[in-house]
Parts: sequence; structure tokens; C-alpha cells
Amino acid sequence: MIDEIRVLAGDAVARARAAGTLDDLRALEAEVVGKKGALAGFKRRMGSLDPDQRRHVGQALNAAQWEVADALGARRDELDQAGRRSRLERERLDLTEVRAGRDAGHIHLVAQVIEELEDTFVGLGFRVAEGPEVEDDWHNFSALNFGEHHPARDMQDTFFVDLGAPGEVVLRTHTSPVQVRVMECQPPPIYTVMPGRVYRNEAADATHLAVFHQLECLVVDRGITFGHMAGTIDMFTKAFFGEGFSTRLRPSYFPFTEPSAEVDVRRPDGSWLELGGCGMVHPNVLANCGIDPEEWSGFAFGFGLDRLAATRHGITDLRDFLSTDVRVLEQF
Amino acid sequence: MKVLLSWLQELAPFPDDPELIGDTLSDLGTPVEAMERIGEGWDGIVVARVLDLRPHPDADRIQLVDVDPGDGGPLQIGCGAFNMAVGDLVPLATIGSTVPGGLRIERRKLRGEWSNGMLCSSRELGLGGDHAGIRILEPGAAPGTSLAEALGVAPDVLYELEVNPNRPDAMSVAGIARDLAARLHLPFALPEPTVATAGAPAGSATTVEVLAPELCGRFTAWVLRDVTVGTSPEWMQRRLTALGMRPINALVDISNYVMLELGQPNHPYDLHRVAGGGFRVRRARTGEGLVTLDDVERTLTRDDLLICDGDDRAVGIAGIMGGAAGEISESTTDVLLEMAWFSPAAVSRTSRRLGLRSEASARFEKGCDPEGIDRAARRFCQLATEICGAVVAPGSARAQGDLPSRAPVRVRPARVNALLGTDLTADHIRDQIEPIGFACAPVEGDLDVMVPTWRPDTTTEVDVVEEVARHWGYRAIPIRQLSQPRSGGLTARQARRRGVRRLLAGLGLAECLPLPFLAPGQLEACGLPPGGIELLNPMVAEESVLRPSLLPGLVQATALNAARRRPGVALFEIGHVFGVPPPGQVLPDEREHLAVLLAGREAPAAVATWLVLADQLRAEAPDVENAEVPGLHPTRAGRVLVAGPDGATPVGTVGEVDPAVLAGHGVEERVAWLEVDLGALLDGRRRSGAFRPVSRFPSSDVDLAFEVPEATSAIAVERTLAGASPLVWSVRLFDVFRGAQVAEGCRSLAYTLRLQARDHTLTDEEMAAARAACIAAVERAHHAVLRG
Repeated sequence: MIDEIRVLAGDAVARARAAGTLDDLRALEAEVVGKKGALAGFKRRMGSLDPDQRRHVGQALNAAQWEVADALGARRDELDQAGRRSRLERERLDLTEVRAGRDAGHIHLVAQVIEELEDTFVGLGFRVAEGPEVEDDWHNFSALNFGEHHPARDMQDTFFVDLGAPGEVVLRTHTSPVQVRVMECQPPPIYTVMPGRVYRNEAADATHLAVFHQLECLVVDRGITFGHMAGTIDMFTKAFFGEGFSTRLRPSYFPFTEPSAEVDVRRPDGSWLELGGCGMVHPNVLANCGIDPEEWSGFAFGFGLDRLAATRHGITDLRDFLSTDVRVLEQF
Repeated sequence: MKVLLSWLQELAPFPDDPELIGDTLSDLGTPVEAMERIGEGWDGIVVARVLDLRPHPDADRIQLVDVDPGDGGPLQIGCGAFNMAVGDLVPLATIGSTVPGGLRIERRKLRGEWSNGMLCSSRELGLGGDHAGIRILEPGAAPGTSLAEALGVAPDVLYELEVNPNRPDAMSVAGIARDLAARLHLPFALPEPTVATAGAPAGSATTVEVLAPELCGRFTAWVLRDVTVGTSPEWMQRRLTALGMRPINALVDISNYVMLELGQPNHPYDLHRVAGGGFRVRRARTGEGLVTLDDVERTLTRDDLLICDGDDRAVGIAGIMGGAAGEISESTTDVLLEMAWFSPAAVSRTSRRLGLRSEASARFEKGCDPEGIDRAARRFCQLATEICGAVVAPGSARAQGDLPSRAPVRVRPARVNALLGTDLTADHIRDQIEPIGFACAPVEGDLDVMVPTWRPDTTTEVDVVEEVARHWGYRAIPIRQLSQPRSGGLTARQARRRGVRRLLAGLGLAECLPLPFLAPGQLEACGLPPGGIELLNPMVAEESVLRPSLLPGLVQATALNAARRRPGVALFEIGHVFGVPPPGQVLPDEREHLAVLLAGREAPAAVATWLVLADQLRAEAPDVENAEVPGLHPTRAGRVLVAGPDGATPVGTVGEVDPAVLAGHGVEERVAWLEVDLGALLDGRRRSGAFRPVSRFPSSDVDLAFEVPEATSAIAVERTLAGASPLVWSVRLFDVFRGAQVAEGCRSLAYTLRLQARDHTLTDEEMAAARAACIAAVERAHHAVLRG
């Protein structure tokens, strides 16, 4: 009987190892180790044996039971693995063939630069103000101390709008009218930057646009000096361009500031970039906005954004900023 | 304004250090736009004599010139200029030499004829100016002499300076030298020319009458007799040419030379061609005409000031340009010289109105020195005596008008320091500005500063502060940092606008900033009502209308991309639009709009974008209503709304662009469109930001279908459901049905409601009550009926 059991077990192990499917294994399991299986049959026949024989047969049966179960388990694992492998193989993807379908979208380079500059100034404790693009003569010129005969009022530079009295309404030629609006509606202290679109009536070419963007910075407080202006511009330059950059101020002229200066930025390689203009707010401008120039002083600082962005990205024709060609827009 | 280093050095002992001079000029606010070394690089350029001229057999625009280059010649040169005659001396760049522009001269054939060198123009020699013909040299030099020796030219430096409107003094060589000398602590004094006079006094030969004293502050007339006009000397021509003026004849050249040197424009007339022998200075009569020296007939107004002769006939427009009458010619023997001061505003006004600018008007506009007139006249007379053999009559005929009044400017050192952040004493201040002519008198710790007559721009304390800063040096002012702690930041509106940009970019859209101007008819071509606000002086007609909508610009962008084989663009723009001013306002109704354009997509894509946008901004009660909208597809368009103070308020339009508009632009795909008043949306009411706790108890779904009138917004029904019971967690529209089973003018809208309580599992009774509440709310609010 023990031999029979061993033969049965050996045969079952061999069949288990050869089984091709999980169903075959289940059938084999039922046939050999199941409740009604062959090993159970031997178990039933054990009652007729003497106790000594019964003990030996019992041990043989247990060993056979374990041997077959192990073989079944091992084979089941093998078949599971193979099944999973083939299933996974059927799901195989080549990830290099995948494309996004649509891209991430694009914020216009000018808007990106404006946000970056705003953030830099916000970090220095400034607020951001905006104003209309169609302005009256008062805000664009008169309040800013442009005399009646100032050449900037020439038809060559200014777009005049067919509203109001002749010459009364213009497309703003700079962001400085926002200075006036801020000072008119807010008492000092003022620490504000003003980004925006401006217009000049001149033919656009690679280095000039009729429609472009500026950012203006205005500080009005007690005890503000030219030294503060130089320090703020220098700190801004380092924050925006990097530590290796520095600035230089050269005397210049603007009707709405005095003393006035041009701002040059020195790149780490020693070359210079003309950034914009600045100056101490002219006492007439403060007075025009209802601020006592003997009590308060301030400075203003402004520059063109398009050229700044162009320098940074190697754009040689400023007209690309007005392009609606997606081949341009998708690059930023 | 251009200046030569050698000319500056005549006025003050400036060092031979072109870089230092250039840097200092820039640092003083007269930035060097260009610096050119001239009279260098003339090796191998010699004087040659023209021996023969003959046509090129095969070319009309080249002639063959035989020259003697010093060895007797003849040497054949091909030349494209025709202004020389046999016997003239000309500059010849010989074989192997390199002209200042960098061109290396080699023997070469021009249309089959050998050219053994190049004859040079002034510009080719680096002398600036005229390129019209070959430079003809003064007679006297032997052929073969080096050009530098023949011209007596030492190497020189030409600076081109930018001059700001507040620096009238920098419109002259002397003014620039004065400023520069002060900064470099070098002595400077204006030259004081002395002139011997003879004959009858000027006053006996001429008269001067100023009839418009408010426009002409001073008018003087000087008489020079026995003049030989001729040509001016080579050195003078060279300087004039370098500074951009064309030599004409000795008297005109002297006139220009004095203007460049001292900044005083002046005008020499032929005494015998000025009728009546005198001047009347008066306003023009309306419509009065004059032919100016440039041969243009000018029509004048009462605002213009004329110089007239003794017979009251106009001979020139004051301060701008003379007329042809009275012009100096080779036969002139007696000269009447005008030196005057005119009102800057008047000259500027006339010059702008006529579109006529001259070297004289550029100086009068900025403001000349009325006290410099006599010196400039003496300088003219001195040069005319030396060069033309003039005999100068004693004195001058003169008339006085209104000159700007002068009063000392009180300058407080405390104020100077408060503006500059410096620690200057009154003495420091005086040391900065006295060398440039500002006379300082101490008054109780302050200074009374008398501004020199050549600085009419300077009238107030802050003007003087700028002069102090300029000469103290901007770079010497100590840098300070702002010290007050302040909280910077964006306004809510600015921060939300940035959120909109991020969202739309995240949806795959590209932001663009098209030119904000429209062409006439472009609004109509986009189905929009005409009547955009127009520019009075557009650059071109195609860019003459301010946009009232972002639609035309983005439709044009779509067409452009489609034409470049890029259909399916997804664009957005944030920009200002301009509506007709509301009553009582001059400025337009200017608003900030947001537009979204989705080419190749249908209207629902735009609506979906609107809903995501409204959600991003947490807009309260965002909605859509179907409506016909100009420019949009008549049956696929609507308005978008948010909660306002008076209920639902339209803030924009949504749908598809009208197919007819697209066809008119050559766009063949459908285009979804959304345009909102971003300002109204950003400033609009926001839904509550209070947290709504989520439940850990099971939720149950209930489906409800209603017959709802077509005019009722499905979004509004959804919102009613969401608010009908506190147990409603979410609502989703899952089916829309139209057909025979639904009442006429209605459609069936089916919603799934997810019901949930925060603190327990819902009972059947609770669910039934919530369901009933939802049904009742919708039926009550929307004339809807539950479908069985």
C-alpha cells in the first residue's frame, strides 16, 4: 500500500509539473488530493490495517499529500506567472510614440516680463497700478509739466483721438500719466509700479514699435533723495538681472523730472544696455497733483519692456511682439 | 550737435585724450552718439593734378581721368564723378593704399579700361559731409604731396552729441567747451574778438525797426564794406564739412562758422540788394507769401515773424530761413549783417507749422543768448576782415524788444541736499556752478544765483539743483536704500487676472497681442456695428480705428495662421477696448476684455471654457442665455452672465463666430468664441469661500427629469436643484431630450442628484423629502414639470 501511495504521488507530481493550464491543475488536485480523490481513498482503506501498519501508511499518506500539494502549488505559481506575462505582453506600449495632443499653452512674452518685473518690485515693497490707454491732455502732458510748445506734443509723436476738443484726447505716449492718476487719488507715501501699453506715432521697424510697453516706478515720501533713486534702481537691477549687473546714471532731460537721468545697465561682460530714464519728480508735477513739494519728494523711473525682453531672448525684430503667428507665440 | 576736438582745444586747454573727453561729455548729459577719428588713415593718398578728362567708351556713368600723381603722369583713373576740370587738384588714393572706410585700392579694370587708383570724395576721406563729387583741393600744392600735408590736417576727433532741450548752451562749440572745461577744472573764457572799424558808421547806412517787440527781443544790423566774397579757407571748409555744413562762399561760411562756434545764428545780406537799406521786423499778414532759400513758396499767418526790407517787402522768416532776395553772391561788395534774438516759442510755432527746420531755428527754439549778439558780430567782422578784406563800419543799427526778465534764483543748500541726498555746503554748490557762469551771492546761508543769459532753460531752484548735480557728478552722489518697511502686493483684481492667464494657458491656449488698431470697414466685415472711435492722425488708414471688440483682431489672427497652414489655433487675448464715451465724459468707455478663440471647435467648447473660467474666479451664479449676438453664429450664440447687484448681469458673449464672417476672412473651419468684460468679471461677486465639510457616510443618487421651457437656462435649473435642500451634495445634467413626448417649446432635462448628510446615513424618508423639495423648487422657479 505504501508503494502504491508512492507511485500515485510520484505520478501526480509528474502530471502536476506537466500540467498546461490552471484547469488541468484543478482537475488533478480533485483527482489526487481532493475529498474524493485517490489519497482520500487510501485513507479510507487504512481502517483495515493494524496499528503499526496504519502508522506507516499514515506517514506515507501525509508525505504524499504534502508532496503533491507542493507540486500543484509550484505549478500553479508558474502558470499564474506565465498568464500574467502574456497578459502584460498584450498590453505592451511604446511610450516614445506618445504625443501630448495639445501643448501647455503660452503666456505672451510681454505678459511674462510684466509679471516678472511686478514680482520684483512687489518684493521691494511696491504696489501695482494701471490706467487707461486713451488719455486726456492733462494726464499725458500738462500735469507732467510738458510746456504748451513741447516737441513731444508734435503730431509726429502723438496719436490724437477724434474725441473732445482738437488735441484734447490722445493715445498715451508713456505710462507716466498713471503716475498722475495715482497721485491724484492717493496721498503719499506712494510706492507704486505701473506697467502698460503705450503708443507713439512713428513707423514701426525692427527697433521701433508704434505700440509697445513700458513699466514706470513712482516713489513719493518724506525725505526721498536722488541717492534713494540710484539705490532703488541698482537694487531692482540686481534683483531682476542678477548680482553681476550694476547701473550708471547719466544726466538727461524729461519735463516731469528734475534732475533727470538716463539709466544704463552694465552687464557682467562689461557691455552697457540703455535701460530707460529716471529722475526726481518735478515740483510742478507734485503740485499739479495736489502734493506739497516742500513736504514731499519722490522719484520716477521708467523703461521699455519689449526691448528688454528682446535683448534677453535674442529677438532682433521688435515687430515679432505684435505677431499673431502661432509659430512665434508657441516659443514662449 | 557735432564738435571737433581741435576746435574745443582752441577754447580751453583740453588734453589729447579723446576717450576722456568723450566720457566726460556723456557724463555731463551730452552723450556721445558717435565718435569718429578723422584725418587718419591717409597713407598713400596724395595730391594729383587733372591732366585730361574723356568719356569712357563703354560706360556713361564713368569717365576716364588722366592725372599727374607727382611723376608727371599721365596715370589713367576711372571715376564716377564729373565735378572736376582739367588743372584741378584732387586727392588720389594710390594702388596699395587703404581709404579710411577700409577699401583697399587695387589696379582693376572698369568696363575694359584700367583704373590705377581712386579719386576720393570728402566722405571717402573720412572728412564727413559731401559725397556728391570728388573733393577739389585748394590750388597751390604740388602733385605728389601727401594729402595730410596739403590740407594741413592733423588727426582730429569728431564727436556727435545728443543735446537735450534744456541745454541751449550745448548748441555751440563754445558752450560745450565751457561745460567740459568746468568739469575738468580747466580755464575757459569766451574769445573777445577785436575789430578795427573805418568809414561811415553803420547807423548812417542802415535802419532797424522792430514792430513786434514781443517776438523780437533784440535786432542788430552791422555794415561791412569792400568785401571780396571768394571761397573760404581750407581749414574753415574742413570744419564746416566735418560738422555737417556745406561750404558755399566765404561770407556764408563765416556766418555758419560763427553760429557753430558761438551758437548765434545770423544772416548776411547784400547791402545793395536790401531795398531801402534797412530792416523792419513785423508779424506777417495773414496769407502773406515768401519764397524761402530752398525755393519753396511759404504762406504765413499773423503768428509768424518776418524780416522785411526798408520797403516792407519780406526778405526772410525770422529765425528760420531767409528769402532769395538779398542773398550774398560772388559780386557782393557791401554786406548788411543781421544778428538778432527771437522768441523761442514763436520760432518753434512757425517752424512746426511750416514743417521747416534749420540750424538757425534749432538754436532759436532752444533759446539763444541775447547778450552774446555783439560778441558774435565782432567774431563775424574779425573773420570777414581776415578772409574777405572787409572794412567794418563803426557801430550797429539796433532796436530793442522784450527780453526775458532776469531775477536771481534763491537756492537753499538744505533743499539741494534734501533732493540729492548729499551733504553739500554753499561753497560746494558755488564751486559747481560758478565755472559755468552762474553767479552766486550768499544770502543768510542760502545763495542768490544769477543764471547766465545763455541758460534761459534755468529759472527755478530745482533747475539749479540739476546743474549742481550734473557738475558734482551723478556718480558722486551716495547711493541709499529705501528704509521704510512696506507691504507690497498685487490687488485682488491683478492677482485674479494672473489666475485667468494661468488657467487659459493650462487649457492649451496661446496668448497673443495683435496690433490694437483696425482698418475702416473691418468692424462691418466682422458683423459688428460700425462706429469705432477714429484716430485723427493715423500712420496708415489700415490702422486708424480703435477697437471696440477683440473679435476682429483674433479673427484676423486665425485667418493668418490658416493661410500659413496652421488651422485649429487656440488663442486668447487680454486687452483694452474702446467704446463711445458715456454722456458727460470726454474719454472713451475703455474696458479690459478677455477673448478666447478656439478654431476648429464648436460653440460648446467656448461655453465650457466660460464655465471653467467662472469657476476659477469663483464667480457667483455664472450662467448662459441664448441670444443673437452681432458677429456670432445666429443660432449658436448667447450671453454669459454672473450675479450682479440687480440680479443676473451680462458680462460677455459666447458661441461661434458667424460663418459668413469666417468665409469673408477665408477661414474654412468652425470657430468657437468667448469675449468677456474682464474688469466686470474680476470685480464681480464671488461665491462663498467657506469650507463645506465632506461626509464619511454613504451617499445616494436620485435622478430627476423635468420638462423645461426652451427659454430657461439648464444651468439655472441646476443651480436651483443645488440650493433646494441641504442634503444635495452635487448635481449633474446627464441627459437632454427633445421630441414628441415632450411638450411644445420645452425640452427634457435629466439630472442626477447626489444626496448625503454630514453626520448620518440618510433614511428613505429624508431622501424622499429632499427629492420632493427639489421638484417643488424647480417647478416653482422655472415653470418646469417633472416627467413621470
